[in-house]
Amino acid sequence: MELFNLGIRSIFIDNMVFAYFLGMCSFLAVSKKVSTALGLGAAVIFVLSITVPLNWFLNEFVLKEGALAFLGENFATVDLSFLRFIMFIAVIAAMVQLVEMIVEKFAPALYGALGIFLPLIAVNCAILGGSLFMAQRDYTLAESAVYGFGSGTGFFLAIVALAAIREKLKYSNVPNGLKGLGITMLITGLMGIAFMSFMGIDL
Amino acid sequence: MKFLRDLLDKQKPLFQKGGKLENLYYLYEAGETFMFTPNHTTAARGAQVRDAIDLKRMMITVVIAMIPCLLFGIYNTGHMHFLAVGEDASFGDKVLLGLELVLPIVLVSYASGGLVEAIFAVVRKHPINEGFLVTGMLIPLVVPATIPLWQVALATVFAVIIAKEVFGGTGMNILNVAMTARAFLYFAYPAQISGDQVWTYIGDKTPVDGFSGATALAVTYQSGQDGVNAVSELAEHNSSIMEGMFGFANMFFGFIPGSIGETSTLMVLIGAAILLLTGVASWKVMLSAFGGAYVMALVMQLLAVNEFMALPAHYHLVIGGIAFGIVFMATDPVSAAQTEKGKWIYGAMIGILTIVIRVTNPAYPEGIMLAVLFMNVFAPLIDHYVVLGNKKRRLQRATV
Repeated sequence: MELFNLGIRSIFIDNMVFAYFLGMCSFLAVSKKVSTALGLGAAVIFVLSITVPLNWFLNEFVLKEGALAFLGENFATVDLSFLRFIMFIAVIAAMVQLVEMIVEKFAPALYGALGIFLPLIAVNCAILGGSLFMAQRDYTLAESAVYGFGSGTGFFLAIVALAAIREKLKYSNVPNGLKGLGITMLITGLMGIAFMSFMGIDL
Repeated sequence: MKFLRDLLDKQKPLFQKGGKLENLYYLYEAGETFMFTPNHTTAARGAQVRDAIDLKRMMITVVIAMIPCLLFGIYNTGHMHFLAVGEDASFGDKVLLGLELVLPIVLVSYASGGLVEAIFAVVRKHPINEGFLVTGMLIPLVVPATIPLWQVALATVFAVIIAKEVFGGTGMNILNVAMTARAFLYFAYPAQISGDQVWTYIGDKTPVDGFSGATALAVTYQSGQDGVNAVSELAEHNSSIMEGMFGFANMFFGFIPGSIGETSTLMVLIGAAILLLTGVASWKVMLSAFGGAYVMALVMQLLAVNEFMALPAHYHLVIGGIAFGIVFMATDPVSAAQTEKGKWIYGAMIGILTIVIRVTNPAYPEGIMLAVLFMNVFAPLIDHYVVLGNKKRRLQRATV
């Protein structure tokens, strides 16, 4: 039940995009078509639910204060947590490379659609943010797996909804100065108001 | 009528291309089409549709459907005031006080929003849309009577610009404009639109002993916290002033504190009947939203983790603004789902989410506002997949 609550929390209440404004660059750039957004969202879910537990192992057995105690007495007080950023990023980058190769092999159409954006996930702040939140909040392994999947799903929902709205926007008559990113920022803000419906739910 | 027509015709050249006031053509056009059916016809070889209903007629129908709510709201504002201060007053006094409080809100909302609308119409050269008549009437109906007028003006201007005009005006917006206005007020100035003090106008007088301005939802929520039976708590509330104020029947008729237009479920139902008989609003959205809310409330009642959840399901439909929100906000043809199947999903999700937010989210006493906005955000996605599914089905049929 705890895990279920955490999942719901990370999808709706602590939504990566609307609660923390993470991952905005790809959120705004790859949301022109629903099919592309779907691909990117799925990639984010996949990468997040793999990298967060993976980084949990890294954090638990290498980086955390006292994590190296199993090497002997001398290492019991070593604190490598200042290496978190670079280590997490390295793991994420390696994972994204792997995903890219798999997608290229098995779904060339999707690979063509995502283009430059799949490698960009490596520096997507939502992905790094997921791992850092995991370390900061001291999640257990199961929790971090659920959290990774949940926050990925939250991002997925947000980007697919935005893409559908932007497709509908073709029928709107947006003032010239606001076309493109301007109106997308405004929509993001309005969507943020709508997502406020879940903030404050105490599960 | 003839005289009016002549007057308009005489002025027309002034506003047409090459005339002195060419730039203000859309202001003129708004005035003209407001009073007379537009005379545009399809070319001789086109398909001819003989029907007088256009966007303007549709929007006016919605405004007419809201009038019972408005009138009742005016009476109830006065009624609640005299109840709270413990004075006997005649029907006329109550209406007079209600008018004094409600009319300025309506006027400010229409004036500020209308001004913005007119400026945009002239600058961007699009016709003035009657959509605003609906928005301008909805906003006063969903705020408490004690709201400062400048907040009404600010929220209306914000909603008309950010939620509507930046998308190109009526018919092109994503979120319901009036709901955006209310959400803006709710998050920007929570002190004036939530809590127990704002719903009943007290003025300089002192309320009678034992008076509490809490809404039915607040009372129910509190009973959930205290672990006492919600129904009996509701029945006893304010009993020193009026016996059974929060009894089911009284809440249905609407003599309770709340936003101006939403208290009376009966008046909302009259509005709903007008909308459905004229075919302006979608019965699918209304039915599925009420159904979704009722079923979800039943589920909550079965779970019954606390006393709030244990509230009988039919109570949920008469307390708070759920009826008003479903009938007038969720059915907004612009921001709702456009596909027929999509309407069922969209409506049902609004009902379900409303109850979920009400029962589980202590931050908000009422769920309908954010449920409608949330589903507005997802309506294009629902449509997208309904259309996609339809395409797939037909393709399959084609190949067989």
